[in-house]
Amino acid sequence: MIETYLPLIIMLVFGFGIAVVFMLLSEWLGARRFTPGKVSTYESGMPPRGTARERFSVKFYMIAVSFIVFDVEVVFMYPWAVQLGTLGISAFIAMMFFIAILFAGYFWELRKGGLDWD
Amino acid sequence: MNQEVFLAMPVFLISAFAVLIVVLDAVSGKNKTINFAFGIFSLLATAGAAIYTLTLQVPKLVNPADYHDIFTITKNTMVFSSYSAYFDILFSLAGILTMLASRSFISKGYHEYKEYYSIIILAVAGMVYISHANNLLMLFIGIELMSIMFYILSGYFRQRIESVESALKYFLLGSFASGFLLYGMALVYGATSSLELNVIAQFIAKNNFNATYLTFGIALLLIGLSFKIAAFPFHQWAPDVYQGAPTTVTAFMSTAGKAAAIFSFIIIAKALMPSFTNNAMRLVSTETMQMILAVLSAATMLIGNITAISQKNIKRMLAYSSVAHAGYMLMGVVANNQLGYDGIIFYATSYLFMQIGAFIVLSVLENKDSSNINLDNFTGLRKSNPYLAALMAIFMFSLAGLPPFAGFFGKYYLFLAAIQSGYTWLTIVAVISSVISVYFYIGLIVYMFFKDSDNPIAKAELKLSSVSLFVCLIGVLLFGFFPSLLMNLYAIIK
Repeated sequence: MIETYLPLIIMLVFGFGIAVVFMLLSEWLGARRFTPGKVSTYESGMPPRGTARERFSVKFYMIAVSFIVFDVEVVFMYPWAVQLGTLGISAFIAMMFFIAILFAGYFWELRKGGLDWD
Repeated sequence: MNQEVFLAMPVFLISAFAVLIVVLDAVSGKNKTINFAFGIFSLLATAGAAIYTLTLQVPKLVNPADYHDIFTITKNTMVFSSYSAYFDILFSLAGILTMLASRSFISKGYHEYKEYYSIIILAVAGMVYISHANNLLMLFIGIELMSIMFYILSGYFRQRIESVESALKYFLLGSFASGFLLYGMALVYGATSSLELNVIAQFIAKNNFNATYLTFGIALLLIGLSFKIAAFPFHQWAPDVYQGAPTTVTAFMSTAGKAAAIFSFIIIAKALMPSFTNNAMRLVSTETMQMILAVLSAATMLIGNITAISQKNIKRMLAYSSVAHAGYMLMGVVANNQLGYDGIIFYATSYLFMQIGAFIVLSVLENKDSSNINLDNFTGLRKSNPYLAALMAIFMFSLAGLPPFAGFFGKYYLFLAAIQSGYTWLTIVAVISSVISVYFYIGLIVYMFFKDSDNPIAKAELKLSSVSLFVCLIGVLLFGFFPSLLMNLYAIIK
């Protein structure tokens, strides 16, 4: 039982070991030069300006939620589309129900102005 | 035609109407009455389909262990018994009563939005799924659909701080409890390799099964469900949520929501407490489960009733009393016999009428910011609103369990069932806690009738709420004077 996992354990030990050794080596052997850019918080390109905890418009949430809904729908449809031949007509009808329910929600959002930016 | 089509009709109808009402909401423009009317119509149609189901030849209450693949269209994710059909009727009725009372109430406290009615229909859809669930995932979807709608509804007065607080508290604690529930389901699935309750029950009965993780899974399931019915160690959210939510929403949550949660308890208990099969589970024997539930039930009713005594706000008092009523209903699950399950039906029905009635009386008497529902404000109500005071008194007597109102026979059947299955001590605790509860229920009546006030609450306008109140009154009186009516109705039609 445990022997089957032995390669995995060895790999984990070596992985951690190599990472630790490399970190320690660079700590001991490497030169240290501090520049303002190096010591500041990493902010992927732009220098940070003000706090990140600001209030911003609820419109962004609306877009994010709509995106998630339709993204998840498409994710459901991929395996369905691939297996449709073997699943048969009942799977087709089930997916049509799913899409119909989703479109009811989409229609509601559209009519209520959920997708208008202004 | 396959009989199952008719049996599944309540589920199909409420699902279709729940989608249609959202579409209708999108196209109906400023007209709110059409959504209201469509909501009432869809609930009536669902109730009608469920009543038709009762006349078909269906099993009374399906015992999962004896159940074989009979339902093919829904692929065993659902089960159809007259018991679930009866609960469908109850949920629809609660929805109708709430919607009738809501119309004037929500426009008094805030604006009337059409989504309110869609959300109620969706919540009823969730409850209907619960009452038909034969699959743990179906049960979970039902519970979540219902709970999420309740989170939204309790924050409906979104400019009012108590309402927002109650929604946030309910959401955070509720989603935490759903996590427990889901993890419990995952462990049960891991132990029995099936999500279908009949397969789980058969598996437990057949294999002499005794895995620790099955016990653990059942314990987590019980924790999650105890939260949903607000049973003792997990009841702390109930008073805050019920007080902060709009009063009509509280009426809906504390009756239909509680009945649905109790129903999920029944489903789980029937699958995991195989009383009709051999008692194979050694680690979680039926007796152990019953004892756990009995302690839960006793603690719930005592805590609920004792804490309710010191409440000054009537809504909060009713919230604590609803915690206690969940304890009474758990007695039927503890008894785990036919009388116990029938007793739950009777209790859920009578509790629905009296609790919704009491909350609707509160809702019509409330002022704009719900600040006048303390005990002191109700002083001398008999002079300004004699009929409402009389109604409130009837509902209070019924909640206290005094004859000849429906609450008395509800308690009677449950107590009888508990004694029959040997839980005399639980019945004694229940009787003591009922006596405690009489104190605060009658206390409100004393305030209304035997004290005088200089500025009593102004005369209230009833509007459509009067229909709801009338139905509640009829229910409380009819099933109080003729309790056999409901029991026979349920026994003959099957």
